[in-house]
Amino acid sequence: MAPLLNGSAQGALLLLAALGLSLTFGQMGVINMAHGEFLMIGAFSAYLVQQVISASDLSIPVALPVAFVVAGLFGLVLEVTIIRWMYRRPLDTLLVTVGVGLILQQAALQIFPSQGVPVEKPSWLDGQLTVLGYGWPLRQVFTILLASVCVAVLSAWLKYTSFGRRIRATVHNRDLAETAGISTRTVDRLTFFVGSGLAGVAGVAASLIGGTNSQMGAQYIIPAFLVVAAGGIGQLKGTIIAAWAVGVALAFFAYWTTGSLAQVLAFILVIVFLQLRPQGLFTVRTRSLV
Amino acid sequence: MTKNQESGMTKMKPWISLGGIGVLAVLLLAVAPLVLSDHWLNNLGKYSCWAIAAVGIGLAWGRGGMLVMGQGVFFALGAYSMAMHLTLETAGDRVPGFMVLYDPLAPLPMFWEPFRSTGFTLLAIVLLPVVVAGALGYALFKRRVKGAYFAILTQALAVALATLISSTIRETGGDTGLSDFKYFFGFVLNDPANRLMVYLIAAGLLIVCLLAVWQFYRSRFGELLVATRDAEERVRFLGYDPANVKLVAFVVSALMASIGGAMFVPIVGIITPAEIGAAASILMIAGVALGGRASLFGPALGAMAVGWGQSSLGSTWPDGWPYVLGLLFIVVILFLPYGLSSLPARFAALRRRPPKEQPAPAPAPAELEEVHS
Amino acid sequence: MTGASLVVTDLRVEFSGFVAVGGVSFDAHPGEVRFLIGPNGAGKTTCIDAITGLTKATGSARHGDQELLGRPVHKIVRLGVGRTFQTASVFDELTVLQNLDIAAGRHRSSFSLLRARRGVDPSIEHALEETGLTGELTTPAGILSHGQKQWLEIAMLLVQDAKVLLLDEPVAGMSQDERTATGELLQRIAAKRIVLVVEHDMDFMRRFATRVTVLHQGQVLSQGTVAEVQADPKVQEVYLGTAGAATTAAMAVVLEKEG
Ligand SMILES: Nc1ncnc2c1ncn2[C@@H]1O[C@H](COP(=O)(O)OP(=O)(O)O)[C@@H](O)[C@H]1O
Ligand SMILES: [Mg+2]
Repeated sequence: MAPLLNGSAQGALLLLAALGLSLTFGQMGVINMAHGEFLMIGAFSAYLVQQVISASDLSIPVALPVAFVVAGLFGLVLEVTIIRWMYRRPLDTLLVTVGVGLILQQAALQIFPSQGVPVEKPSWLDGQLTVLGYGWPLRQVFTILLASVCVAVLSAWLKYTSFGRRIRATVHNRDLAETAGISTRTVDRLTFFVGSGLAGVAGVAASLIGGTNSQMGAQYIIPAFLVVAAGGIGQLKGTIIAAWAVGVALAFFAYWTTGSLAQVLAFILVIVFLQLRPQGLFTVRTRSLV
Repeated sequence: MTKNQESGMTKMKPWISLGGIGVLAVLLLAVAPLVLSDHWLNNLGKYSCWAIAAVGIGLAWGRGGMLVMGQGVFFALGAYSMAMHLTLETAGDRVPGFMVLYDPLAPLPMFWEPFRSTGFTLLAIVLLPVVVAGALGYALFKRRVKGAYFAILTQALAVALATLISSTIRETGGDTGLSDFKYFFGFVLNDPANRLMVYLIAAGLLIVCLLAVWQFYRSRFGELLVATRDAEERVRFLGYDPANVKLVAFVVSALMASIGGAMFVPIVGIITPAEIGAAASILMIAGVALGGRASLFGPALGAMAVGWGQSSLGSTWPDGWPYVLGLLFIVVILFLPYGLSSLPARFAALRRRPPKEQPAPAPAPAELEEVHS
Repeated sequence: MTGASLVVTDLRVEFSGFVAVGGVSFDAHPGEVRFLIGPNGAGKTTCIDAITGLTKATGSARHGDQELLGRPVHKIVRLGVGRTFQTASVFDELTVLQNLDIAAGRHRSSFSLLRARRGVDPSIEHALEETGLTGELTTPAGILSHGQKQWLEIAMLLVQDAKVLLLDEPVAGMSQDERTATGELLQRIAAKRIVLVVEHDMDFMRRFATRVTVLHQGQVLSQGTVAEVQADPKVQEVYLGTAGAATTAAMAVVLEKEG
């Protein structure tokens, strides 16, 4: 039971980290390796908000939108300055954003104490929720709730707002969307803003569970990407299931073996999964040969 | 350029670049030992090890289009095979010191035992990467996993392996790694003459690897590899299975990384998970990107330059080096995707026709011709 | 094997419910220039995709006694079935010679792949002469004219020693002279091979076809010699007679497909 609940919370955190990645990768074909650093920016935002509003009960609810906007702005700047030139070269984008990630990491290391900063947990997250005799820390429950809210808002936004429709139209056929009068540039920028902002929200959640330091983003990027890969491109549903599955699998592997062996096993799991179900993982293009 | 000129050059060029390898061989094997101090010669040996891995990355990524972001894994296979052998050689009949630190009666782990044998160790350095890369590549390429998926999966493997080693202190030395090797296949490592020999082996292997890719690039396989990179699906309709073509390049690049790792150990004297994890793997890519991923000399020279930066700037200016590295990725990939080695061709192109309004991100140059420059 | 025919029986392709090819049967023999015509969206390309393994299909496509369906693309090619594409796809960065050399490679041992090319294979020289590309040996394929790219693709099939050549709109975008040259080329190479041409240029079809199959909405509408097909009232109705309407409708389909 404990690994299942732990794993669900871990999965929710992964989902938060993967949501934005899935949005930018799935919808724009761009892998942003600095996504983990945007998550880190969100976590540091939570810390900075706490310097202003010292009451942690209040600071975390304030930090969530702040982190969203701050990380989102970083993403926007990245899109406008670099990524917009590289849509034709997805693999190269990956490497460029690796460079961006290195720079952001180092900047964080120099700005903040190298051992990291503490983010106070609000008192209303102190307790436990008893599930079948197991005390489930409220922090974990909160992560799951936060992830659920983000998923709900994101999918509603994509589905019901005109902007969301424009995004989906652009994904479907960029040229046609353009001729239909959609400014794909604006769509790209906004998608990147929202995707990166979601990383910021994930960062706040991460700061409540683990440490907040310059290295934290690097921990999340690969698992988050594996979740996107296993879930299938641009599919919220798949991402949710994959995040939960990977989270629970990691928790169970860690429960049976050690944390590090769990990572290795999770990796093998993804490879095996790719062998079994490659269909959802990449587009098999039957017509064009490019 | 007229067609006749070009065809003439295609015939000449391989021999020019072969001459280039010869010049490099003379510089590394004859000149460097004469003019460099022991310290710098040792450093050059270290850079050569990274360069060997980089040559393989050039083959897989530059020519094959497979962004191998986890070459640290194969570097580790070679390095740890060698390090286990040297550790056992140093320990003699006893169990290596770090293992009995916590438990004086700890037995030698099973998987260490065969590494006592010189033959087994050398075989492992060659066969382990071939088997691992072969299995991984087969599984992924046959299922048509490519692009970013492939890149991140390889990186995930590097992260996983580094974590695994970090957490198994008693079996692998953990984060402290394996070090304090006294002998190298019977030769005392402290002896300057023997250190020179180790350097010469590493530099010699780099030349051998360069010769190998030189032959690869001018061979029909090299052309097929580029064709597969540019139009994988089209290659299928010529009766080839692109998975096999990519597999060969991937396995060869893994083998080279392993060889680089194996020589890294006696030269540097220590191997830790930090040398093989995500950051180390990315560092290997950085050199290749800087030098020119698809060219013959670019990856090796770029890796040497980045290796030099890492070990000099990285220690004298540790706060600044990550910025340099990050900017290197951004600037090179954004403005010069085919690295420094594509500069001459670009200048030539600029001189031939007036600059356009908006210089588009560099189109891939015709690499098959370019290598030989 | 030179005498073997291509026999397609009850070929059927569905795209998530949409029947693109619904039970098409035809055959093609060495010595004839076989045409497959039909308005845009009729399923011609999809037929070729199915025969060459690019698209999953049911039914049967046999070359001699070999069943082609169900095999991976490269295995079908190795059985001697080659194709070209509606949009010329050659390796732009490689020279004409390198393109042809790669195409010729399937007959080489893996070991010889590791050696550099010395000189020009006789089969390549022959294919170059046949397609009139001899002068372009060292030209990068990317800067060839559109027609030359199509010829290069055909030359690649020749050096591949394909027994069955499936050509998807080989003369689209060619000038009148180029069309004539291509037609004559097809007649020459058809002497010893099976040549199946997908086209909707009626004039080209009339001049060079020996037998024709007309597809319409994934079904065979009519089959026979040029004269027979042209005399078929069904064909006149849906394809020739109301060409204008058919084209407009087909355009809509294409726009939708690409959209
Ligand atoms: N991959 C695909 N997915 C869905 N529909 C397809 C696909 N490929 C082709 N079609 C449909 O199948 C029909 C036949 O197409 P095609 O074979 O290209 O026609 P033709 O080559 O005769 O012009 C068209 O209606 C097209 O929209
Ligand atoms: Mg067609």
